[in-house]
Amino acid sequence: MHQALVPTIIHGPSLRQRLAARGFDSVTLLVLPAAIFSLCLFVYPFAFGLVLSFEPKSGGWLANYERFFADSFLYETIAKTLWLAVPVTLLNLVLAVPVAFRVRLMRHQRLLTTILVLPITLGTVLVAEGLLNYLGPQGWLNRTLMTFGLISQPLKLVHNYWGVFASLVITGFPFTFLLTLSYVTGIDPALEQAAATLGASASQRFRHIYLPLLMPGFAITFCLSFVQAFSVFPSAVLLGAPAGPTRVISIAAYQAAFEEYDYSMASAIAMIMGFVQLAIVVGVLASRGLFYRGPASGAKG
Amino acid sequence: MIRDTTLGAKLWAAAIWALVGFFVLNLFAMIGTVVTSSFATRWLGTWLPIGWTTRWYDSAWSEFQLGDVLIVTFQVVGAVVLISGVLGVTAAYALARRDFPGKRLLVLLFLLPLLIPPITFGIPLATVLYRTGLAGTFWGVVAANLVPTVPFVILVMIPFIEQIDPKIEAAARVFGANTFKLFVHVLMPLLLPGILAALLLVLVRTIAMFELTFLVAGPTSQTLVVALYYAVFAAGVRAVQSIDAMAVIYMVTTLIWLIIALRFVNPTQIVTRAKQQPAH
Repeated sequence: MHQALVPTIIHGPSLRQRLAARGFDSVTLLVLPAAIFSLCLFVYPFAFGLVLSFEPKSGGWLANYERFFADSFLYETIAKTLWLAVPVTLLNLVLAVPVAFRVRLMRHQRLLTTILVLPITLGTVLVAEGLLNYLGPQGWLNRTLMTFGLISQPLKLVHNYWGVFASLVITGFPFTFLLTLSYVTGIDPALEQAAATLGASASQRFRHIYLPLLMPGFAITFCLSFVQAFSVFPSAVLLGAPAGPTRVISIAAYQAAFEEYDYSMASAIAMIMGFVQLAIVVGVLASRGLFYRGPASGAKG
Repeated sequence: MIRDTTLGAKLWAAAIWALVGFFVLNLFAMIGTVVTSSFATRWLGTWLPIGWTTRWYDSAWSEFQLGDVLIVTFQVVGAVVLISGVLGVTAAYALARRDFPGKRLLVLLFLLPLLIPPITFGIPLATVLYRTGLAGTFWGVVAANLVPTVPFVILVMIPFIEQIDPKIEAAARVFGANTFKLFVHVLMPLLLPGILAALLLVLVRTIAMFELTFLVAGPTSQTLVVALYYAVFAAGVRAVQSIDAMAVIYMVTTLIWLIIALRFVNPTQIVTRAKQQPAH
């Protein structure tokens, strides 16, 4: 008996047992196929693109970035994209918050949420095609406005900034709204009721109860909506002026890759695009630390 | 629930409903324009077309070779749904049941493709796929589309698996089931509703996924949404009504699956990807 136990004590548990104790066993291995897949098709291409962006067709290792920031046709795309993405995201958020606060009280939210899911599901290409007709000089919108005598000339709403703006609102507003709604409904209504009992008016309840609790959620909603708007591509080509005011950064990257066949330059532009998105997301999320973070949903859920 | 009955509160509510109404009205008018135009004989400078016809559907079908495009679309979508289901559910099971060093890093790895917009990682991905010769082929399009869908399935399935009592699996183990038998006889029946919901959402997203398919597709591996983009891009070559007929066919293919999906999932899940955590 004693002798049989001795080896176990000396060698300790086997490698397999030690791994299992730390959480590695045959079940954990099931994660491997998906992890390898993600490494091959997501991490590797990103790393490859980053390295490739420093291996330009000609010039030193920074030539692509030097060219990007020296050529106004290229570096202006950042400002043009931001000029489109930031106002759209802010507008969507400002519109979504009061609507979410109203819809939260509804008992039958499903019909409205289903209608709002439509433009997200149909995607930007279809929205662009629809808006080309609808907002065009002979479209129903201009026709209605002229019938009511609000305008005398058809408004020019397609093939310029406003066409892309409209398409980003149509696809972006539902996205922002549904995210906001899920944050707003996650807050325990008892907190608001307590404030109301103490005599706070609706605007005071919003400012002093909901807003501080929702700020972290709004920050995430802003980030997700912003990166969507920042990477606008099909509607900027179809509904905008892709050579002028809506030449967004994704068009520049696409043209470098598939019109000039300069994959190195295209990777550099994609990296710059990713970096700008990251900078803004990190900036917004860092400001989350200034607000209250803690439990806000009741025990009843 | 607090109900305000002051005049200001009522005006505020009315203003918000007017805003929602305005948005929904414009949305339907936009869709209505496409549908009306696809059935129009001639529609210039009037409220409604002069006459109605269905011949644009015939011409769109033959001009854009929609038969072939639809077959490719369903093959791509089918392959993406199957592969992301197999890879995603197994990985989600491991992540939901085991705690191991590096798990947070792995979850971050699966979160990133959903947070980064497709066009940002699509360009380096397309570069790699062109170097390996996969781009332009059927499997290149499938591989590109799997990049966001595998993490999507994982993140939707993790909370779903976590709510299943591990004692059920322990009982199956006690009776001698191995991991494979456990999956087939115990977990699959319990997980089926969740898997179905996740895969239907993958299906809808893949039909509508423009950017990734656009960047890697060749002439024979285009899906419907990419064909539609090229048709709109080259507008002027074909009749507007023909393009609109194609757009309606695209809408119908997407909406059929959306309606089926909505029987199983809450619409907000399409946006929020996984079960929302409370505001933290």
